[in-house]
Amino acid sequence: MSRYSRHIVLSEIGQVGQNKLAKAKVLVVGAGGLGCPVLQYLAAAGVGTIGIIDFDTVDISNLQRQVLYGTTSLGVNKAMAAKQRLQDLNDEITINAYPQKLTYKNALNLFSTYDIIIDGTDNFETRYLVNDACVILNKPLVFGGIYKFEGQVSVFNYKNGPSYRCLFPKAPKKGAYPNCSEIGVLGVLPGIIGSIQANEVLKIILNIGNVLSGILLCYNALTSKTVTLKINRNEANIESVLNNVADFENESSKSNFGVEPVEISIKDLIDDENIQYIDVRELNEKPRVKRLEVTNIPLSDIKNNLDKIEDSKIKALFCQSGIRSKIAFKLLLDYNITNCFSITEGAVEINNYIQKTSLNER
Amino acid sequence: MRITVRYFGQIAEITNKEKEVLEFSGHTISELMESLYSKYTLLKTKDFQVAQNQELVALKTELTGQEIALLPPFAGG
Repeated sequence: MSRYSRHIVLSEIGQVGQNKLAKAKVLVVGAGGLGCPVLQYLAAAGVGTIGIIDFDTVDISNLQRQVLYGTTSLGVNKAMAAKQRLQDLNDEITINAYPQKLTYKNALNLFSTYDIIIDGTDNFETRYLVNDACVILNKPLVFGGIYKFEGQVSVFNYKNGPSYRCLFPKAPKKGAYPNCSEIGVLGVLPGIIGSIQANEVLKIILNIGNVLSGILLCYNALTSKTVTLKINRNEANIESVLNNVADFENESSKSNFGVEPVEISIKDLIDDENIQYIDVRELNEKPRVKRLEVTNIPLSDIKNNLDKIEDSKIKALFCQSGIRSKIAFKLLLDYNITNCFSITEGAVEINNYIQKTSLNER
Repeated sequence: MRITVRYFGQIAEITNKEKEVLEFSGHTISELMESLYSKYTLLKTKDFQVAQNQELVALKTELTGQEIALLPPFAGG
């Protein structure tokens, strides 16, 4: 029997439907409580290309509900850790990990290469950014939101249906509604809501059943009750987004505010060809890193070396101990250079690791 | 008019109940909201949308329904 035989025997799916899944490209924004079950089921179902964007790292308090990760993922970037787990789950699909923050600057470019966007974000700022980018690009958005024991699911921008702004026109006052990191959430709740989101994604790709467009599904885990509410498309709210397309990418400064550097271990990076290694130490500091192509940009002189940075690559910053590389991360962000990480290890440990792995290869 | 009002998420925490049945003589959704604001003063600190008979409606909408729901956005993921 083949990997997808339980799908293929369903007359609603068949080999034709399975081929549609293989051709589909979906992007999951946020690999947290909602993102984990969505990713797991879409990867298992054989969705051919799955993108994962998340700048955060796995914390022990995530493991109560973020079921893709284990104790060995602690401290690892979520997009990278999720990719590793999912590639083991299904090695026949392509998984693109974007270990970076979604910003107004990078959203349109990133979204444009995918068919369906899935909202697994945990804050309103990113949620409205995701919605507005989907409105501008006219991409279906499979939305999920949770609070303690309750969840909401809907599909927006689908076949001229309403958007998130037709439901909630403006982001609430800052701090009016806390996110999961500040309050509790029942561990299984994102599992239920994320699975409903994954189901909507599959229905959209396969063109079967009724998609939750124009309907908000509200689920209460304590009462096991489901309420559905009708949402109408509000042209004025959609136009307010479309009228601001020209300014959209200039809003990047808003979302960079208070960004924490993305940290990653050398062990998660070493094999990737698409990485530019940048040493931010002064030129006379030893040891230099060997057997790795390194660009030297001292922290003291970043401003005059911006032309050495390769835009198309992921920038991996390192120093002697992992502290200055975090400062460099923030400085580069001020120059609108994104797609960077700070390597947790210092130069000595990086050298040791490279030596160890190259010995193993022989 | 007899109206069942349902509360979700943080709204239910303010009202301390998930639903209640009210006798109300006003004519619009916003009049009902004013009455709820005076009953639950903390409601004013929250943004939410209102559904009438399972359909999201504007505040100026005429009150015709037997069932009203107060729906806050959920940040969590």
